Amino acid sequence: MTTEYLKAVAETNDWWAIAPELLLGCCALALLAMEIVLPKHEHRFIPRVAIAAQAIILGFLLYGTYSGYEGGTSFGGLLQHTASGHYGRVFFLLSSLLVCFLGTICLPRTRMPRVEFYHIVMIVTAAMMLLVQSNHFVLFFVALETVTIGFYILVSYFRDNALTLEAGLKYLVLGALSSAIMLFGIVLLYGAVGKVMIGDVVHTGFEFPVVADFLKQNPDSFLGVVGALLVVGGIAFKIGAFPFHIWIPDVYQGAPTPVTAFLAVASKAAGFAMLLLLVDGPFAPLEGVLIPVLSLMAAATIIVGNLSALTQRNTKRLMGLSGVSHAGYLLIGVVASFRVEWAAGAVWFYLFTYLLASMAVFGVMAHLAGTDDTAQELDDYERLARDRPLLAGVLAVGLGSLAGIPPLAGFMGKLMLFIAAFQAHLTWLLAVAILGVVLSIYYYFGWIKSAFFETWRPTPAAETPGGRLASLAPSWISALILSVLALATVLLGFYPGPLSGWLVK
Amino acid sequence: MNPSNAQLLQLAIATPLVAALIIALGLPKRFSTKLAAVAFVVPALIGLWLWKEFPAAAGSRYVFQSNVNTGLEIFGISLKLGLNGVSLPMFLLAAIVGLAAGLYALRSGAERLKLYLMLLLVMHGGLLGVFASVNVFFFYFFHELALIPTFIMVGIWGGRDRNYAAMKMTIYLTIGAMLSLIGLIAIYVKSGAGSFDLVSLREALAADPLRVSLQKNIFGLLMFGFGILVSLWPFHTWAPLGYGAAPSSAAMLHAGVLKKFGLYGLIQIALPLLPAGAAWWAWKLALLAGIGNVLVIGFITMAQRDLKQMIGYSSVMHMGYCFLGIACLSTVGAGGVVLLMVAHGLSVALLFLLATSIHHRTHTFDLSEMGGLAQKTPVLAAFFVAATMASIGLPGFANFWGELTVFVSLWHYSPKLTAVAVAGVVISAIYGLRAAARVFFGPPSEHWQKVSAAHPPADMGWGERIPAIILLAALLILGFYPRTVTDGIDHALSRPAGPVTANVSFHH
Repeated sequence: MTTEYLKAVAETNDWWAIAPELLLGCCALALLAMEIVLPKHEHRFIPRVAIAAQAIILGFLLYGTYSGYEGGTSFGGLLQHTASGHYGRVFFLLSSLLVCFLGTICLPRTRMPRVEFYHIVMIVTAAMMLLVQSNHFVLFFVALETVTIGFYILVSYFRDNALTLEAGLKYLVLGALSSAIMLFGIVLLYGAVGKVMIGDVVHTGFEFPVVADFLKQNPDSFLGVVGALLVVGGIAFKIGAFPFHIWIPDVYQGAPTPVTAFLAVASKAAGFAMLLLLVDGPFAPLEGVLIPVLSLMAAATIIVGNLSALTQRNTKRLMGLSGVSHAGYLLIGVVASFRVEWAAGAVWFYLFTYLLASMAVFGVMAHLAGTDDTAQELDDYERLARDRPLLAGVLAVGLGSLAGIPPLAGFMGKLMLFIAAFQAHLTWLLAVAILGVVLSIYYYFGWIKSAFFETWRPTPAAETPGGRLASLAPSWISALILSVLALATVLLGFYPGPLSGWLVK
Repeated sequence: MNPSNAQLLQLAIATPLVAALIIALGLPKRFSTKLAAVAFVVPALIGLWLWKEFPAAAGSRYVFQSNVNTGLEIFGISLKLGLNGVSLPMFLLAAIVGLAAGLYALRSGAERLKLYLMLLLVMHGGLLGVFASVNVFFFYFFHELALIPTFIMVGIWGGRDRNYAAMKMTIYLTIGAMLSLIGLIAIYVKSGAGSFDLVSLREALAADPLRVSLQKNIFGLLMFGFGILVSLWPFHTWAPLGYGAAPSSAAMLHAGVLKKFGLYGLIQIALPLLPAGAAWWAWKLALLAGIGNVLVIGFITMAQRDLKQMIGYSSVMHMGYCFLGIACLSTVGAGGVVLLMVAHGLSVALLFLLATSIHHRTHTFDLSEMGGLAQKTPVLAAFFVAATMASIGLPGFANFWGELTVFVSLWHYSPKLTAVAVAGVVISAIYGLRAAARVFFGPPSEHWQKVSAAHPPADMGWGERIPAIILLAALLILGFYPRTVTDGIDHALSRPAGPVTANVSFHH
């Protein structure tokens, strides 16, 4: 490599393009510095600083000049700034903002250190935001490992709880396995492609466009196909698709509630962002292999996720397994995106509605969690509607949206995926999805039932004024945030225009 | 086309929904009941006004049209409202039954009344929207909007077995709704119209019909999807259970109006868009409905001892006639079904209302524990007998014309099935009159003597009478002067192809 080459690469460095990620990383470091500098009694402001910083960066991202970058590459082809990448950045930042909000509810109940939590969440988010823009397998893997290692710590954050430690260990072992599988796939692709001279510059099989070219010319390359399938397998672990979903219930139950929410929303979405990135780019020529594989995976994921969620009584496990089924519906959208152009936008739309609804539900769960964060049962919701109508209302809207009941936003998401599946001639997958939706009604509705419908008793149960639920008054700010989430879910159901106009074109 | 009428139509749908939102945002109870009353009355007045304004020659053309973009134009989805000869009577039915159910709910003294009224208003708004939607997507959307409150109302205010009933209803109706949604998406995708707008769909499919095999599949989806929602035998088991457990106003609105969604969908969407599919399925539908809904359920109804369950089963049975009318595939048959839907909606709502009034006095739904109520409550008895007569289909009530028209067209289709259907009338006379006799006449039962001694029963107060009078008056008006709606229905169904094309110019 000559100095000219390095100079040429350096000229493509566009720091402004990744300013949001840089800012986020700097803020995360600043949090640690603040902990050292500030006197102890001022530490309670640090989470607020974290949330405020993220809100500012989010506004910056939404109203900044980032749409102008669409299509271009920077950093010598490491990054590509696409519309999908922009959606992803907004999505991850929004979800980390809400996870930090959940952290402010859950963390004060424990004696664990607080600042590190926000620090890690923000670093992980910055890595996810880079991940969705990656155009090179090395950056792809490095960003992904940053995310995963952050999650290893977050999952076992409540280290005085045996179930949490178990979850941490499971996530560590299986996460490492999936990373290894993916890395093996990347290496196989690299080996299959070899080195390519374009002009007088050497390109390697790490670069997405080069891989795409290679696979277009050799769609039957054995190494290429195996490599791609291994990469997809590694991603399937992230999204919790069958048969890589085994870790989900235990890890979701053991992880602290905010981390469960982070896993369920951001980590899953990161998986789909990676999948869309690859399916739309380097792996597009492998349609013949990937459509059947992903279709089968989608069908199995929907069925297994829904069936195993049916009997759950622990709400965190329930969210995890029902989240598996959502991964299945989303996979249908990914499969459809091979044939229907706007299907990727529909996947993003679904992810955004899923974010709003899941965060609303996790918000309610965070309020109801007792001292043992892993023991959250459906029976804890008895009398919720009577004692805490706001929380019950938010819960009902969130669950209804997850179940895909009109007029809530989740229905619009499902509708778009179904239309896309129909246009892509995936009729049998559609039938499986319908079956899944009907099954999901049982457990989502069962949850709503336990919050709203009191068990009919011949004689009214003894009233216990000032009981467990009475102590769970949400603060005005949590009430506001949860109401906004629920209201957004309702309004986007009636009038999806703002979101669909942005995402689906 | 008068734009102010189009706005009135929008207003009629928006009023209950906005009122529900305001109540949800924390309006004090005192104002909530007043606001709810206004929100129940406004759509009924608008409905009557639009009925007066409706040009009888409009036919299947939609008048009072308006179109609002909700941001899903790329899927051909927009909130397009309008009424034609078939949807106007249904819209009016929704407005009137909604008014009666709402007024009844206001005086019902239900626990957590604000939530109750709020859910009922959402349901009412959804129902009005269903029948005013020209866009098939919103037709489905409004149906679901009305359906969700039903589940919650059964679960919270229901009677015995409410948890089981709510769950069963939810699962059955979700399956039905999902099947029909897929059918509707299939029509949308395969028609190539690129739009969910019913008018565009009709034009596209009239110019270029779908393959026959495809029509068969899609019609099958719609038939079973809608059929489950209308309690087609053998998918009916949710209905008696659900109605038995549902609070009265929810049962009135669901059995009276919401359930007709499926039949209305078959008439407005499935029959005109998929004629070949309909022809293939007609005989199977007729058999299921004739043997299953009319005969089997008829006998089951006779065996019921619980008054509310009996009314629930009888409504399942009467849906059989509607399916039979649809299976005739004739203009007369479909027209009869529309009339019968309206008539049945009014009479079954009245019956559910009266059943609850009876329960307030006797504290039981068990027919064998009642008897001799007429001495203490003559007005209630008179209303109940009238409602029973209407439900049987005696001349003078709207049901008579509906059933008669269905039978006439059924005769052309299959005389044997007509015999089955007419036997059904005898069955419904047996259980209807027997129930009236058990409850109101004969010697007072032991239970009734005990209860009436403990709580001396009052006859129907005005809070109960006014809704009952509204429903009964509508039944009688249609019974003596059916032309008020049949002209429009007739024009809409007999000339479906003609004026459709002449009309797409109006955009709001």
